[in-house]
Amino acid sequence: MPYVPHTEDEVREMLAVIGVDSVEDLFAEITEDMRPQSFDLPEGLSEMEVLSKLEAMAAKNTINSVSFLGAGFYDHYIPAAVDALTMRGEFYTAYTPYQPEASQGTLQAIFEYQTGVTRLLGMEYANASVYDGGTALYEALMMAVRKTKRRKVIVSEALNPIYRVMLDSYTSNLDIEFVTVPHKDGLTDIPGLKAALDTDTAALLVQNPNFFGSINDFTELFAAAKAVKAVSIISSYPVLQTLLKTPGAMGADIAVAEGQSLGLPLSFGGPYLGIMTCNKEMIRQMPGRIVGRTEDSEGRTGYVLTLQAREQHIRRQKATSNICSNQSLCALRALVHMCALGELGLKRAARISVERAHICAERLTAIPGVKMLTKGAFGNEFAVILPVNAYEVIAKLTERGFVPGFPLGRYFDGLENGLLVACTEKTSEEQIGIFAEMLRGALK
Amino acid sequence: MKTIYETSVAGREGCWPCEGMAEEAYIPKELLRDGDIGLPSASELDVVRHFTRLSQRNYGVDGNFYPLGSCTMKYNPKFTEVVAAMPGFTRLHPVLPQLQGAGGLCQGALEVMFETENLLSEITGMAAYTLHPMAGAHGELTGVMLMAAYHKDRGNKKTKIIVPDSAHGTNPASAAIAGYDVITVESVDGIVSPDALAEVLDDDVAGMMMTCPNTLGLFERNLPTIVKMLRKVDALLYYDGANLNAIMGKMRVGDVGFDIVHWNLHKTMATPHGGGGPGSGPVGVSEKLVPFLPISRVAKQEDGRFFLDYNYPKSIGYVAPFYGNFGVYLKAYAYMLRLGGLGLTRASENAVLAANYMRKRLSTHFEIPFNRICMHEFVASASAQAKKGVRALDFAKGLLDKGHHAPTIYFPLIVPEALMIEPTETENKETLDQFIDDLIELAELVDTNPAALTSAPVTLPVTRLDETKAARSMELTDDL
Repeated sequence: MPYVPHTEDEVREMLAVIGVDSVEDLFAEITEDMRPQSFDLPEGLSEMEVLSKLEAMAAKNTINSVSFLGAGFYDHYIPAAVDALTMRGEFYTAYTPYQPEASQGTLQAIFEYQTGVTRLLGMEYANASVYDGGTALYEALMMAVRKTKRRKVIVSEALNPIYRVMLDSYTSNLDIEFVTVPHKDGLTDIPGLKAALDTDTAALLVQNPNFFGSINDFTELFAAAKAVKAVSIISSYPVLQTLLKTPGAMGADIAVAEGQSLGLPLSFGGPYLGIMTCNKEMIRQMPGRIVGRTEDSEGRTGYVLTLQAREQHIRRQKATSNICSNQSLCALRALVHMCALGELGLKRAARISVERAHICAERLTAIPGVKMLTKGAFGNEFAVILPVNAYEVIAKLTERGFVPGFPLGRYFDGLENGLLVACTEKTSEEQIGIFAEMLRGALK
Repeated sequence: MKTIYETSVAGREGCWPCEGMAEEAYIPKELLRDGDIGLPSASELDVVRHFTRLSQRNYGVDGNFYPLGSCTMKYNPKFTEVVAAMPGFTRLHPVLPQLQGAGGLCQGALEVMFETENLLSEITGMAAYTLHPMAGAHGELTGVMLMAAYHKDRGNKKTKIIVPDSAHGTNPASAAIAGYDVITVESVDGIVSPDALAEVLDDDVAGMMMTCPNTLGLFERNLPTIVKMLRKVDALLYYDGANLNAIMGKMRVGDVGFDIVHWNLHKTMATPHGGGGPGSGPVGVSEKLVPFLPISRVAKQEDGRFFLDYNYPKSIGYVAPFYGNFGVYLKAYAYMLRLGGLGLTRASENAVLAANYMRKRLSTHFEIPFNRICMHEFVASASAQAKKGVRALDFAKGLLDKGHHAPTIYFPLIVPEALMIEPTETENKETLDQFIDDLIELAELVDTNPAALTSAPVTLPVTRLDETKAARSMELTDDL
């Protein structure tokens, strides 16, 4: 049997020590009425057979198409060192660091990750446990609700709609009221959000760049939130955050992000990484694992899980969250990715992505009938309005190995002709040229 | 060991994806950040050495026995990593199947989802699965949300969820976070007794969360009675799958009457734990809960093609941005194909065999509060030794010095000085014997040289760490 080492002799010896006659005797408490009514599973395969079956399944997926899909999830280059280092068995096959002396590698790495993401977002503290950018946003919202003891949450409609639907699901049994402030032709309605703030507001949720790619400075808006003691929460895009004014500099209380673009492959939706950072006032509301620096009995520096009194394994139903250990390896990947590219490399990746997107926008809007939806500054993603339904164009181009982008009509009524287009440093100028020609052809 | 920030040298360059650099001409200055970020500047070799050294300061299953109770730290075969790294899977953008015409570009991935759900359904006897939950605790929350949706749909006003005192801390946390009051039922002789349950069960109870075998390693003998009692008040029964490794092929939770079950695929289906995730926490449900499962759901057309179905008006909605941790359940799928039905059954049998062997041999030196046939784990207690000043924590640290990871010592809360030991099926007899001999040797030190235990560990990069100082000083990042 695969991965079970015991020989028949050893099984007999062990049974003798236990004092039973057979392995089945160990399951005597599972009486006949509790036995399986069926267990109709295929026979096991050899490693070679499984690999060839899975290779055949992988081959049914087309990966040589050119894609301009983003919508918060981007195909950035991952240096080979990321895989090589994070796949080391000592990291990869370890558990949550409950025994800190035997887990200094994982603990120091989490500490370094906390340092990296707080510097990237300009915030004070970070955790390393949250599943993805959407659950990070939900956890942030719950931090605000606990802290303010209020129940109204103001949400910008220009925030990733995938996250907005997640928030709706998570809070469906809770006493929370959402006030959604519509976007204005792709722009975050800052005056509208400001007007919605009042002394009942627990949290304000915005995104930078917003879902349509447009870049904002929310400093004044966050100051207005502070004036009514509401918690400012911002979701941001970590790669662009190397260039953009930070959430911290804008005065955000909590900054979250989807960490996928820091060294995690797209992998059909996961595993991803929820980056979660906050300022000093919010730290005791923060869910999940946090690592702190300390000393051992001989005065040497070491690291431990800390502030555990907030957690489910101690506080049970009074915990800040049910999040247990999670995403540690993804956090490690993000850290190694940031270190391998370094300060300069990560900035370069961001700059080139931005440049390519601007070239792409220029080429696409040169096509008759194609107009920019995204107004003002944008980064590596932008939205255009086509003269026809975007779904039709996507279907046409996809047939020819080009995935032109995300159809805004999927989530926004009235934007059925809207197409969200993303570029990264992996997008070549040649691909942009072909894309423009194909779109021109499709619209004729 | 210095942090990577302390070793950073300004101007030293790592790798970057491509040459050429655009000016920041596209974004107005007032929207840009000021100054440097403070990320490391290091050569690639600097980075490789740093993380290699860090890794060497860790225990993992590849290097050490890891008998961490309730965590099922068994060996994770290597070939599943080859599967998860196939570009045909890693390069797929998750929005693809949601685009008209692009579903054809990812038929293989959708097939993996469909087949994985089918296998999990057959192993547990449930009607249908969602793979969306991204961890066991996330599966719990999803499960409780399903309970709420079910009761809401039936017009039931229910406010409480019952959780045994032996449950994982995530159970009460999940129930509370979904908006329920948590009612604890106390174990009798290590398991849930119908009498104790009757005292807390009423019409307000939405459901009960159970782990079986429970965290004491004991089989919940009274399950059939418990199921009947819950049915009477239209309460649902939730199965915490943390300990599923004990019962594969021996019991199907759906057949005995559970309505909802979550898996911890990284445990039972052997995908590495990564120092704390990512996991995968699929949730299976009985027929009556199918309409409430999260969307999207993968389905098969008559022509054999797979697609995503969003047409579930009673669905609880989205618990994940896409389809869960695809890369993780892909490994679990490959593992299930490798083992097949017989292999999974053997895994459970040998996990239970190993646990009972260890329990029996250790019972000469340690108190075993419930010293009867256990499932894949058991709880020993160091309370006798604690009276002499050597606590469970000291044994844990002593074991680290011997090259083993420690058992779980922080719960179950109902056993003082608990040592919760789970050997799993993948450890050979020599390893089990070595651990037993080492633990007995430590027990014998209690009378001769207790300081050797209370001052352990001494062989690791650091000695015992000051957790109070960490909480007080709150040094959670490197200073710039």
